[in-house]
Amino acid sequence: MAPWDAAVQQAAFEKALLGVDRVALRSLVAELEARPDALRLLEGLLVPVLERIGRGWHEGRVSLAQVYMAGRLCEVELQRLPVVARQSAESAPRLALAVLEDSHLLGMRVVLATLRLAGWPVLSLGRMELEPLVARVKRERISILLVSTLMLPAALQVRSLVDRLREEGLATRVVVGGAPFRFDTELWQEVGADACGSSASDAIGIVRRLSESRA
Amino acid sequence: MRVAMSSSERVTAALSHREGDRVPLLLPTILQGARVLGMGIERYFSRAEQVVEGQLRLRQRYRGDAVFGFLYAAQEIEAWGGTTVFRDDGPPNAGEPPLRAADLDTVQAPWPQDCSTLLRVLRVIEQLAERLAGEAPVVGMLLSPLSLPVLQLGFERYLDLIYEEPARFERLLRVNEEFCVAWGEAQLAAGAAALVYADPVGSPSILPPALYRRHGFPAACRVHARLAGALVTSHASGRSLSILGDLARTGTLGVQASVHEDLRVLKQACSGRLVVMGNLNAIEMRSWSQAQARARVLEAILKAAPGGGFVLTDNHGEIPWQVPDEVLLAIADAVAEWGRYPIMAR
Repeated sequence: MAPWDAAVQQAAFEKALLGVDRVALRSLVAELEARPDALRLLEGLLVPVLERIGRGWHEGRVSLAQVYMAGRLCEVELQRLPVVARQSAESAPRLALAVLEDSHLLGMRVVLATLRLAGWPVLSLGRMELEPLVARVKRERISILLVSTLMLPAALQVRSLVDRLREEGLATRVVVGGAPFRFDTELWQEVGADACGSSASDAIGIVRRLSESRA
Repeated sequence: MRVAMSSSERVTAALSHREGDRVPLLLPTILQGARVLGMGIERYFSRAEQVVEGQLRLRQRYRGDAVFGFLYAAQEIEAWGGTTVFRDDGPPNAGEPPLRAADLDTVQAPWPQDCSTLLRVLRVIEQLAERLAGEAPVVGMLLSPLSLPVLQLGFERYLDLIYEEPARFERLLRVNEEFCVAWGEAQLAAGAAALVYADPVGSPSILPPALYRRHGFPAACRVHARLAGALVTSHASGRSLSILGDLARTGTLGVQASVHEDLRVLKQACSGRLVVMGNLNAIEMRSWSQAQARARVLEAILKAAPGGGFVLTDNHGEIPWQVPDEVLLAIADAVAEWGRYPIMAR
């Protein structure tokens, strides 16, 4: 068996994802499957490449369609590999993801796929209005809530969400993302969020950081 | 000293890559008409006469060089059986996507005039054109065949279709093209002087350039060739730089610049082929001071106005409801002060 060159494999993996090349991806998965340390190798492949694709989107080198398809391809093609959550059920923070006041769920789906692929169990709440979202966060004892928005009024509504969570005595950390926050880089602080992601893969680092500070 | 031009002359000069008397200002204050008339957004859009009155008052207040003969981005989806969701503090949004997978093999383009909302849009254009009598252009809006499916199907299902069912995707593009041309012809016949070809999906921010070239570009070429009017392309905040050469070959006259691209670089790359429109940050604008507004206007003018071929506007195509009146007034004042040709270095 040829030695595993992480840099070469990462480049091949990224190329296959961005080119939506299922054949190349399946060949790579087959090569991984044949190795005794497949899980460790996969971890060294998946997160760095998803983060690189996220940076590419942020810098304008990668399109949103490619980010979406990369997540989808990974979900489908890596299913047969032993992708195991690194966080045990006891130690993992209770994570949830919601879209505030919008029926366009693409951003949420991309973040959801990215976090799950990176090994974080996430509860998907879908499209939510303010009060039902507060109630759900309370009921599910969510410790980190990721909120995706498309329109500016929804982004501004995060202020009310944070205020309501505090009124309910909840210490839930709120992470925001979406177009309004990319075009106004100070908006997330104005609305009282704890962090803001400019791409789906940002969510991996943010969740890791918030869960470490929570521990 | 240059002779003062009418708004129409000023915009025409810019679209012809000439320096007019000053940089044209197009502030897409679409929603704000409701505020000047003291009514809610849904009620405002329910009558053509109100929208006409709102647009005319806004032009007077902010000294814009065009008025906008459209209601909201989602208006076209109503012709396909879709719905619009209104809110009190922002643009109406498209409701649930009306097309299902099973519809894709049989769906036909509806006739725009069969939709009461689009008929209202045509009445707005007619009345604005009549009231302005050539003094300022009436700008209409078309969703491109490539971008309409986001509202028809939802974004995810649409991306799945593009990548996994190219034949059905291509059929939908052709159907949408017929609708797009019919809707464009109707607006031009009603008196629109120019149409915004709204193509956010065509932006490299959304679709890889290779896919745009395979699908969106040929569709854009056909639509532009079939419409006898001035069209400019908007990527609604999305980037454009890597497909500028393609855009120029579609027949479009100009491109709306994203704030994520440098206006000077974009202007140089357009180099007489495309008019640059932009790129005030409409989201940030909400929290600008008047001094910041003036500084942003000056920066844009210095980067892109010399030589003509530039229209000052926002980067998206709609000024948010939350942008304060004094910021919009400061923008208008700054254009009047610093936008006069020849542009002097400051």
